[in-house]
Amino acid sequence: MTPILEFRDLSKVFFKGEQRVHALAHVTAEVEEGELLAIVGPSGCGKSTLLNLSAGLMEPGTGEVLYRGQPLTRVNTQVSYVTQKDNLLPWRIVEDNVALPLELGAHAKLSKDDRRERIARYIELVGLTGFEKHYPSELSGGMRKRAQLARSLVYEPDVLLMDEPFGALDAQLKLVLQAELLRMWEGTGKTLVFVTHDLAEAITIADRVIVMSSRPGRIRAIEHIDLPRPRDVFGIRFVPGFGDYFERLWSALREDIHQGQEV
Amino acid sequence: MAETVASQAGVESRPPIDEVFLVDPSVRARRRQTVIVAVARIALAVAGLLAWELASDRLISSFWISSPSAIWSALLRFTADGQLVPAVWVTLLETAAGFAAGGAAGILVGLAFGISPIIARILDPYLVALNSIPRVALIPLFILWFGIGFETKVLFAATLVFFPVFLNTFAGARDVDRDLIDVIRVMGASRLDVIRRVFVPSALVWVFAGLRMSIPFALIGAVIAEMFTSNEGLGYLIAVTANQYDTAGSFASLLVTTVLGLVLTWGVSQAERRTLRWRSNNA
Repeated sequence: MTPILEFRDLSKVFFKGEQRVHALAHVTAEVEEGELLAIVGPSGCGKSTLLNLSAGLMEPGTGEVLYRGQPLTRVNTQVSYVTQKDNLLPWRIVEDNVALPLELGAHAKLSKDDRRERIARYIELVGLTGFEKHYPSELSGGMRKRAQLARSLVYEPDVLLMDEPFGALDAQLKLVLQAELLRMWEGTGKTLVFVTHDLAEAITIADRVIVMSSRPGRIRAIEHIDLPRPRDVFGIRFVPGFGDYFERLWSALREDIHQGQEV
Repeated sequence: MAETVASQAGVESRPPIDEVFLVDPSVRARRRQTVIVAVARIALAVAGLLAWELASDRLISSFWISSPSAIWSALLRFTADGQLVPAVWVTLLETAAGFAAGGAAGILVGLAFGISPIIARILDPYLVALNSIPRVALIPLFILWFGIGFETKVLFAATLVFFPVFLNTFAGARDVDRDLIDVIRVMGASRLDVIRRVFVPSALVWVFAGLRMSIPFALIGAVIAEMFTSNEGLGYLIAVTANQYDTAGSFASLLVTTVLGLVLTWGVSQAERRTLRWRSNNA
């Protein structure tokens, strides 16, 4: 089966103001359809660049990004992008924020009833029923995250690209939302690429973890996580095997941590 | 589930009035302060008017400073002889038309600049040059082109309104969150979608700031143009009373102009509050 996403010998340079940033160097990897892949690495290792390339928001410097076997030449609208910021439109209430993707492109063809039904279903899925008429500024950080998730899921994309989605949340809320994410994802067959700098988070949720080096980002290690599903995010760190994965991946990550912190 | 969500939210309806709100000294201190401010403001106005009234013709000739009572009777006279209402109406129309024209142009050009950095780079020096023209110097040209009627006043008011609105809209469009644009492009948004659903609403906060700022400019523009060339409007009334050494009349027309400015500014603020209701919650 062709992988849903494929990076072939990918390198990338971009400008941050006047400064030239060498973000990726010769990255080759595949994302299988339906898997939950976590990408871990020190800050500024090009993880986000990899997602931007997958979404077709950036062009590769050298190398290729293939989506279902085809090179990406423009914005990839088969995916959904979830960032650390919630990126909700502050002038729209929750319901209208969730409706946003259904007003755009091919999704706009959906009939009114279907649209209403879908919005209600996804708002319920993320547990925001009763808050449809609230503005984002009236919601807590966790609820804004939920609204953002509903908006990302409502147009039923094939792939979810998540860039440190829970990075700005407190530790407890993070666990709660990890559990929710797994509950929503397990059994859907959707592909999920989850970027994080939190190794424990990666092992907790992922089928496969890729460890990247600091800038320019290269792949240091790839590990299959064979922990049983459905997983209990609160207890999984005490399951035998978790510690071994952690140690192995940590040793790959550790080599770059000092450099990473200087960047 | 619903319960945990609600408790995380912190948006439950307001708690019932607790006894502490009635007795806490900081609440009372705050209330006392509010009262002091209100009383002092009124006292200041009364004292000022009283001092003016007493000084008039006792310390300084009323020829120069008139007096509050004379201004009041001038106001009544203007109303009675039917000068005031038409003058206010004419000036109001000119102000509104100039405000609308200058505001619309400012918003359009500001958005174009914000959306296309190339347009911004090409036109930037020209706009800087235009903005440094002393606007009053344009009035003779406008009279040459459009005569001494309505158009000249509207156009002049519009030139004053354009720049604050343009600069604010531009700043607003530049301030748009690029991540937001990326996220909605991935959802399938076209360029037009991005402009309609992100650029315009997100620049609106700045646009309103510009509009609120330029309401007085619109009024200034209309009044100045009237003083130059007109036989109607508040500007004309100010000019003609001053020429006749009718100090009370001048003060009365100034007072009306000021009130008109306040009312217009209040109107725009109300429109802003309604349109930007989503903001009032974090203000």
